Amino acid sequence: MVKVMATAAEQEKQKKAKEYEKYVKQVTPTHSLFKNMCRAFLCGGAICVLGQGIMNFCMSQGLDKEISGGWTSLILVLLSVLCTGFNIYPKIAKWGGAGTLVPITGFANSVAAPAIEYQKEGQVFGIGCKIFIIAGPVILYGILTSAALGAIYYVLKLWGIVG
Amino acid sequence: MTEVRKQTIGKQSIQFEHAVHILSGASIVGKKEGDGPLGKCFDVIGGEDGMFGCQSWEEAESVLQKEAVSMAIGKAELENWQIRTIYVGDLLAQTIASSFGIIGFDTPVYGLYGACATMGEALSLSSMSVAAGYGDYVVAVTSSHFGSAEKEFRFPLGYGNQRPLSATWTVTGSGACVLGTKGGKARITGITTGKIIDFGLKDSLNMGACMAPAACDTIYQNMMDFNRMPEDYDRIITGDLGEVGQHILFDMMKEKGFDIEKQHMDCGIEIYDKESQDTHAGGSGCGCSAVTFASYILPKIEKGEWKRVLFVPTGALLSKVSYNEGKSVPGIAQAVVVEHC
Repeated sequence: MVKVMATAAEQEKQKKAKEYEKYVKQVTPTHSLFKNMCRAFLCGGAICVLGQGIMNFCMSQGLDKEISGGWTSLILVLLSVLCTGFNIYPKIAKWGGAGTLVPITGFANSVAAPAIEYQKEGQVFGIGCKIFIIAGPVILYGILTSAALGAIYYVLKLWGIVG
Repeated sequence: MTEVRKQTIGKQSIQFEHAVHILSGASIVGKKEGDGPLGKCFDVIGGEDGMFGCQSWEEAESVLQKEAVSMAIGKAELENWQIRTIYVGDLLAQTIASSFGIIGFDTPVYGLYGACATMGEALSLSSMSVAAGYGDYVVAVTSSHFGSAEKEFRFPLGYGNQRPLSATWTVTGSGACVLGTKGGKARITGITTGKIIDFGLKDSLNMGACMAPAACDTIYQNMMDFNRMPEDYDRIITGDLGEVGQHILFDMMKEKGFDIEKQHMDCGIEIYDKESQDTHAGGSGCGCSAVTFASYILPKIEKGEWKRVLFVPTGALLSKVSYNEGKSVPGIAQAVVVEHC
């Protein structure tokens, strides 16, 4: 009986929490989704155009496609890290949102930022332990998903379904 | 045996038999706060980098506290040895900014944590101890720092992300007050201690909405306990509800039958110009209410421009761990009644 009453009280509490959440949503202003999407498109697009430019330049210098791709990634990462150090990247990200997050530059920013912030806590427990505090999940689950996909590919290949 | 004199009133409040005097208030802030609408009120404004000559954000925050306390003691024309106790708090884990900030004063200390409501807690406890005769002079001080708070609760500063419009900007600054049995032109006549109020909201970037129910609860209880109406106060000043929290507070108070729109002010809304300073919903942090109180509210009361003010710092009770473990963000609000004398 006591348990039933406790559950009823709990349900009532949850119902109230839901109602309050709904009310808060009504009174809280939000960014315009459309505007944000346009900015993300422009910003992400600009970063990709820059990448393509570097790639074209590398290839025009006689490098093959794969090596040019490597150089492109390296240069973009370097630029992003420099921009993070000079505190420019957060400003671009504030404007461009996901447009700066998704390309490789966003990943580089998420590694460089903790390295700068936690430098004061030492080489091991500061930078060493905390450098992947934001990028860590991307690396972990990225590798995990690749391994799972690799296993699926292996099985399909054994069965002769894929080439 | 003499009986202990009762000074409680209503359910959650204390009405002091002898009001506790606020002898002085001092504040030190960062550059951004100095550029804001209250810029001229602050005693000291720091440089662009926010480091105050230190190597880390945490050290800088400790320096803020040290400076604020020294200035407040100086303004009260006292010496460090005359201070009986310091009530101090900040937002960092294990309140290290306070520990290292106060270490040099060689004074007995109580360390406090009440999230952004800590200045209310510090003023409440320090006035209680003065009223009870536990010290002729005590200090209440709190601080927050944008850099150290972002690091403690959110992301490294260099990480690029978009803050929602409901988010607040942690104030870099520290405010301190010296309280005593006599002197000064302002006094604390009563307090209302807040309860932890949880409406189940889990959005740590909408702290105004998390704290508004607590502010409402404490303000309502204060009026019930003291049998007052909103008109009995020249101002009802919350800590850092911001635009969203203020809106919710008005709605909730109206539901309880009180309209406080005329009296209400929020330190978080006052301290920044949200258009030009891009702070979104307003300022926050336990430095926010502390510096606004010490440099803007207290002088107005001292001059008699405001005769009676209800000062209600508000706090959101969360940590990174509680947030990651899916807990809600409860709120707390501590009210202090300050009057001109």
